[in-house]
Amino acid sequence: MEYQRQLPPQYQSQPQQGLLFRLHLDAPLLAALLVLTALGLLVLYSAADQGMAMMTRQGVRLAVGFGLLAVLAQIPPRTYRFWSPAAYGAGLALLVLVLVLGARAQGAQRWLNVFGVFHFQPTEIMKVAVPAMVAWYFSTRSLPARGRDIVVVLVLILTPSALIAMQPDLGSSLLIAASGLIVLFLAGLSWRLISATLVLVLIAAPLMYFFVLHDYQRQRVDTFLNPQSDRLGAGWNIIQSQTAIGSGGLTGKGWLNGTQSRLDFLPESTTDFILAVLGEEQGLLGVTVLIALYLVILGRCFWISAHAQDTYSRLLAGAFTVTFFIYIFVNMGMASGLLPVVGIPLPLISYGGSSLVTLLAAFGMLMSIHTHRKLLGT
Amino acid sequence: MKNERLKFKDHLAESRIFNARLLVCVVVVVLLMGLLFARMVWLQGVQHERYHSLSDENRIQTRAIKPPRGLIRDRDGRILADNQPTFSVSLVPEQIEDMEQTLNALEQRIDLSEQDRQQFRSRLNNPRRPFEPIPLRSRLTEAEIARLVVARHRYPGLRVDAEAIRHYPHEEMLSHLVGYVNRISAQDLRSMTRAQRADYTGSNFYGRTGVESFYEDRLHGTPGSRQVETNARGRVLRVVDEQPPQAGEDLTLALDLEVQRAAWRALGERRGAVVALDPRDGGVLAFVSRPGFETNRFVTGISNQAYQQYRNDLDKPLFNRAAHGQYPPGSTIKPFLGLAGVVTETTDWDYTIDDPGHFSLEDDPRVYRDWKRGGHGKVDLHKAVVQSCDTYFYELGFDLGIDRIHEHLTRFGLGRPTGIDLPGESPGIVPSREWKQRERGSSWYHGDTINSSIGQGFMLATPLQLAQATALFARRGEPMVPHLAGRPHREPPLRNPLQPDNPEHWERMSAAMEAVVHGRKGTARVVGQQAQYRIAGKTGTSQVFSVPEDEEYNEEELEERLHDHALFISYAPADNPAIAVAVLVENGSHGGSTAGPVARATMDAWLLNDQGELSVPPTFAER
Repeated sequence: MEYQRQLPPQYQSQPQQGLLFRLHLDAPLLAALLVLTALGLLVLYSAADQGMAMMTRQGVRLAVGFGLLAVLAQIPPRTYRFWSPAAYGAGLALLVLVLVLGARAQGAQRWLNVFGVFHFQPTEIMKVAVPAMVAWYFSTRSLPARGRDIVVVLVLILTPSALIAMQPDLGSSLLIAASGLIVLFLAGLSWRLISATLVLVLIAAPLMYFFVLHDYQRQRVDTFLNPQSDRLGAGWNIIQSQTAIGSGGLTGKGWLNGTQSRLDFLPESTTDFILAVLGEEQGLLGVTVLIALYLVILGRCFWISAHAQDTYSRLLAGAFTVTFFIYIFVNMGMASGLLPVVGIPLPLISYGGSSLVTLLAAFGMLMSIHTHRKLLGT
Repeated sequence: MKNERLKFKDHLAESRIFNARLLVCVVVVVLLMGLLFARMVWLQGVQHERYHSLSDENRIQTRAIKPPRGLIRDRDGRILADNQPTFSVSLVPEQIEDMEQTLNALEQRIDLSEQDRQQFRSRLNNPRRPFEPIPLRSRLTEAEIARLVVARHRYPGLRVDAEAIRHYPHEEMLSHLVGYVNRISAQDLRSMTRAQRADYTGSNFYGRTGVESFYEDRLHGTPGSRQVETNARGRVLRVVDEQPPQAGEDLTLALDLEVQRAAWRALGERRGAVVALDPRDGGVLAFVSRPGFETNRFVTGISNQAYQQYRNDLDKPLFNRAAHGQYPPGSTIKPFLGLAGVVTETTDWDYTIDDPGHFSLEDDPRVYRDWKRGGHGKVDLHKAVVQSCDTYFYELGFDLGIDRIHEHLTRFGLGRPTGIDLPGESPGIVPSREWKQRERGSSWYHGDTINSSIGQGFMLATPLQLAQATALFARRGEPMVPHLAGRPHREPPLRNPLQPDNPEHWERMSAAMEAVVHGRKGTARVVGQQAQYRIAGKTGTSQVFSVPEDEEYNEEELEERLHDHALFISYAPADNPAIAVAVLVENGSHGGSTAGPVARATMDAWLLNDQGELSVPPTFAER
């Protein structure tokens, strides 16, 4: 046990002994999540035109999500590590099942109808299972990632994302691939390989555009590059969203007073474009509060990742954190016109069950990682 | 092997690798969040004004409220043009996915002509505001309304609205006078100034001809506006601000519908025109051009086929004979010319000629015939007017010369627009040396003067001009401008007033004109029979084509349309004129027998009361 004494000081510090900590919950993260989801409910109330039905459903989802968070926080990371390959395998099987007999919804075979009552997306499982699987793989190898490991990991990542892309759901597919690749990055993939890949992507992107993308996806890119080209069609969303945000100004038009969203100029105002509702009604002030809350959560998650004690935990925690950020960035970038329109909800704010529950579950696992650290130095 | 590697895992090194990579992530995250924040500052801070107005433009729509068009009445308040509510169907293209399919579906429920579709399509392709409904068909029947209302839920962009549509209760009889409105076109709008265009936002109709066109500015009114908050589907949620429209002015015409009707009926099925003026103020009492046309058909868009039918009709129903038709005035100019003779002392009341029935110039082999073979015997100016002696006027005209003929006829308003409140009247022609040089490129001949002295040759006048000349005569030369509106729309153009240097000239010429109607040998004695009042008049015949001079022609052998036009001008009561009438009957042959009775019926309608007694109505202002 000689090397333990060489650990950096923070590894030896006394963990908090508060009630929440003993319940395996992380107080700062939990507080930030609660404030953020509360803010989300306020925005949704306005975006949903004060519709109580939506509020109730979202409330139930939040309750389920936080419940799941609390439960998952109790399970120690080694258990997650143990079950990672099984979850990954099960998720892969479900994805195949979806493709074979998936119910059609919104032109995409994403939803699996379980017992005719409950729709759920196997994709959501993979959002957790893919990074977990890759983290598991690296936990059995020594870092940095290299050679054969990289090939194996790429297969692990690309198989599910290819299946999801076939549904077709390019957005989720890319996000899941990203979450796996982040693990690879955190596992020390050499910079030379990274830059080589980037160059390849830059070359491949135009080819993808012309030969791989579906028409509707190509249109999204076109519209992003020039929203005015199709003002009443696909460009409408981008124009109206930017108009909503911009018209909010510094302090906004006031809660429930956003004309863009409440008069239906803003499409998808409860889901993908809910940021525009916040931006319009609460102005730059509201957006700044949102960004600050996200930064608090991201900061805390980075802190947890940095203090995780084993390779599996820290890779998983890091991957969750960065993936969470990607959600934020892609959604906000899209709503503000920095990125093309991709169907990604604003995490923890947008209306919708699957993503909310999955995210809170991931935060539960993060708390588990943080609160199950071995109390070293005592 | 695996276990061995696991054993030798260097945890410290692995955590260092991880933390280094994590730090990279933190930096990237902070940078990108900073970028998002900067984007928000750009949108909400720097560009706020722009997006703010964009969002207001989204939300607030200014909708014009059509002003009700002013009504047109006759002098006694009888309606000549009003607005009647009808139901029309229009479509909002933004709310319709498949326009062709919708049109086809609608065709199952309402009558849609190819014309309706064409008009709709051209309106669809013209620039317009978003969510502005485009009219498809007007004047829906009850059954059509019912069929549409039942199916309305299936077509979100379908609108059935009540719309006030111009209606002309006496359409044919007043077609050339009142005119009509029809849907305003993009071309109309383009030809307007910016301010005018603003006045037509939301208006669908535009005065096209007649009074409707001339008084468009007054009749149209000023549109109101309603600022409404709409949602993205164009549905009005709230009225933010409302400015009521200003209704167009009602217009009361000097016209007397009963006089108009009498003139219309008296013309019967003949083609022709009647213009009756009140010489006391210049107000138009009747303004008839037959045949007329059905103006109501034009309001909501006449079908091309029906229009072509009007256009190709040999009787030219669309042609306004009263103000646009130019005819040789014939003998009707004789009183004016005779007056010119005595005023210029070219002749006097006592000067007498021996009429052999023809006239010729010394060095001109042509023979100018009188209408009466053998002539009228001894003829002085009085008799020359009463019996319409051509020979006397050939000589008088020759003695006057074209310059003085031109000068004096022009003083009676011939040869130039009367200035009436109607668009585009014809100016007629009183020829002169300059005119002939300019228009025909040749110099003036004596023969031209001879032809001019009986109102033939180059000379042309509209029935309106003849009525004005007659009214001017009745006013003893006092200038006035004919006007359809009750009150004159303008000052009479400054003209050299006729010199009444010797009132006796007026009286004696007036007496001659009375004798035309009431004298035993008057050319219009049929007109004066059993009249309750004295009429002063003059007949005229205007040649449709030239008959070779030494060839008699047989009326029966000629196609009816080649007959001479019959003209008659008159005013009454002769001693206190309250009406001046000019009548033209196309191919009516004899002024006295065909045109005269029309004038008489018109004057009776104005001057006689219900009991058939003379009762001179007050002027418009004294009503």
